[in-house]
Amino acid sequence: MNQPASAYFIEDRHDPNETHTLAVLVQNEPGVLARVIGLFSGRGYNIESLTVSETEAQKHLSRITIVTTGTPMVIQQIKHQLDRMIPVYQVVDMTETRRSIERELAMVKVRGQGEHRVEALRLADAFRARVIDATTESFVFEITGNTDKINEFIDLMRPLGLVEVSRTGVAAIGRGPEGM
Amino acid sequence: MSDKSHDPNQMTGAAMIVRALIDHGVTDIFGYPGGAVLPIYDEIFQQSEVQHILVRHEQGAGHAAEGYARSTGKPGVALVTSGPGATNMVTPLTDALMDSIPLVCISGQVPTHLIGNDAFQECDTVGITRPCTKHNWLVRDVNELAKVLHEAFYVATTGRPGPVLVDVPKDVQFATGTYHPPRKSDVHRSYAPRVKGDATQIRKAVVLLANAKRPVIYSGGGVINSGPEATKLLRELVEVTGFPITSTLMGLGAYPASGKNWLGMLGMHGTYEANMTMHDCDVMLCVGARFDDRITGRVDAFSPNSKKIHIDIDPSSINKNIRVDVPIIGDCANILGDILQVFKAEAKKPDIKNWWQQIAQWRARNSLYYKKSNDVILPQHAIQSLFEATRGKDTYITTEVGQHQMWAAQFFGFEEPHRWMTSGGLGTMGYGLPAAVGVQVAHPDSLVIDIAGDASVQMTMQEMSTAVQYELPIKIFILNNQYMGMVRQWQQLLHGNRLSHSYSEALPDFVKLAEAYGGVGIQVHKPGDLDGAIKEMISVKRPVLFDCRVAALENCFPMIPSGKAHNEMLLPEQANDEATAKAFAGGKALV
Ligand SMILES: Cc1ncc(C[n+]2csc(CCOP(=O)(O)OP(=O)(O)O)c2C)c(N)n1
Ligand SMILES: [Mg+2]
Repeated sequence: MNQPASAYFIEDRHDPNETHTLAVLVQNEPGVLARVIGLFSGRGYNIESLTVSETEAQKHLSRITIVTTGTPMVIQQIKHQLDRMIPVYQVVDMTETRRSIERELAMVKVRGQGEHRVEALRLADAFRARVIDATTESFVFEITGNTDKINEFIDLMRPLGLVEVSRTGVAAIGRGPEGM
Repeated sequence: MSDKSHDPNQMTGAAMIVRALIDHGVTDIFGYPGGAVLPIYDEIFQQSEVQHILVRHEQGAGHAAEGYARSTGKPGVALVTSGPGATNMVTPLTDALMDSIPLVCISGQVPTHLIGNDAFQECDTVGITRPCTKHNWLVRDVNELAKVLHEAFYVATTGRPGPVLVDVPKDVQFATGTYHPPRKSDVHRSYAPRVKGDATQIRKAVVLLANAKRPVIYSGGGVINSGPEATKLLRELVEVTGFPITSTLMGLGAYPASGKNWLGMLGMHGTYEANMTMHDCDVMLCVGARFDDRITGRVDAFSPNSKKIHIDIDPSSINKNIRVDVPIIGDCANILGDILQVFKAEAKKPDIKNWWQQIAQWRARNSLYYKKSNDVILPQHAIQSLFEATRGKDTYITTEVGQHQMWAAQFFGFEEPHRWMTSGGLGTMGYGLPAAVGVQVAHPDSLVIDIAGDASVQMTMQEMSTAVQYELPIKIFILNNQYMGMVRQWQQLLHGNRLSHSYSEALPDFVKLAEAYGGVGIQVHKPGDLDGAIKEMISVKRPVLFDCRVAALENCFPMIPSGKAHNEMLLPEQANDEATAKAFAGGKALV
């Protein structure tokens, strides 16, 4: 062990990282998103994806969905740290429940002619992507699905003239009749 | 037309602020005026229920409010102006967050229509203080102000206590609106700290405790924050179980230092017996402490063979640094009460005679040993003399940060909670003097002493002026080693004795400085004069700067060296150059 000149014990943690999707129900008030993001940056946690929108306007409730990675101990910390924020009602680890559906929407712009154009349309069909804008030399596809599916679609579009991608980030909800 | 002028709840925002302070039982606040808080100062001027202490720097207001809070158990209140007033509060807010001190800071802000325009003395106060408060608010509507102020007090003082800040634009202070007294609905429904511990977990804990062969109780600042009931129950638990007890820096006084089960403080500069007991124990009961890195040393070698029970009101403290076996979330007093009840009903005092014999052997190593001298005052000796001279007196101690702080923790015995105010988590030099101001405001007739270092004390020295103005007879007991001793110690141990910028050049003449402020200066060089000088200091009923010239090169031991475990402490008698070099080597060739 090569310890630097410090009275701290500086160690590497070797636990493997996991990816978790967290659903966070918050009071929709000024600064609430800044608090959540500040927590992640301030404590060195990762954000892979973050989406936020008001979900119950009368009650001023917003739902934030965060995809994050970390060791199991770090993931547990993230949940506790989120939960103790004053405007946070509830934190649900959608990954841990193993009963959640995750979706993302992407708009994918592809430019090309001839064979490429035909191929792009054919693939879009196979992925159930819809054409939401078209010119003689371009398409904008709308595709919904989990992150892997969208990544795959984008990869396929790349050689066919991919111009631009806009993604919403992940939204998640539990299966079955119960709410969160 | 309805006439609202007779409705007593109709008032300006500035008046609401003073009214809310009164409704929350606040009698003293610490502050500094400026353009953005003038309406509030105008209200303060026209009443006499809330006393305002004018500090000399906003950081002083924050630390004074911390000292006030920590010594009373009540929230401390600070009032500052916008811009620089608010930015000067960042250090005390962070300090209070780290040490879980209930603090309510009210800051002025530029008028709402100017927010975002880089107006004069504008800064994004809620943005800047978001990560250093438990919660903060910007109030844009005077009719929201009462609710926010009440919630602020509630959030600061409940659950894990902490600092909060309410930012009030000047136009909101001038505007008239409706005030209401505190009520339940003022608080976010999403904020509900857990108080009662889980019964199943409590049973599990009692089974572990009842069957322990080598137990230890490790308590922290949470016990003191929880209030007198927690302290009482902790003492009772020690009595009923017969277990040894140690504590963190923040927890000193919860169990009396004269108590027979007391092991002394643990951690980096804790006693050998406390750290060895932690390392070799089979059951550890952690009450209101958080396994900070200064406590654990090397985490993968921390108390490797013990089952750990952790009581904490903050779920995020659980399993943050150290994995525990039985977490119990809730208030210490509540949970200790439940544990005691179950223990008394179902268990009996375990026989741990062998364990105590082992502990006696560790104690016999006398890890706080130091060699007294007839020529020069040893800093440890100075603290011991101070302790002896204050025995039986109604004494409160604050400290700055450095070696003197650790010596104070090692050599001053605390019998009661709320008597020891130190910056533990943040380690803020400059904390002790203003904190002493705050403590003395809360306890005008008590003996309040800041155990200080020559470097730290210069960071907030200007608050001597506050002490003189308000006739607060605080005693600033400077262990003057003419060094930033703790920095020098690390440079000696870890950086090849290259003493980069740790010598206190051009120190002021503290006696003349005291006199310049209108206080009293005392200087002592000789061990033989020490007791007399301390006596004189105590008898003076004015602020005193006590320049205690101590051995310049003394270092603070015992110490857990870098990357080492609790059972690899460096003891004072071993701390010769060669052993020190070896202990700190740890695979590197730097020492
Ligand atoms: C505001 C601040 N700046 C820097 C430090 C780093 N630091 C820790 S102890 C210390 C030296 C303190 O010197 P002194 O007050 O003379 O105390 P001594 O260690 O000599 O007893 C320093 C610079 C700190 N803790 N706080
Ligand atoms: Mg010094």
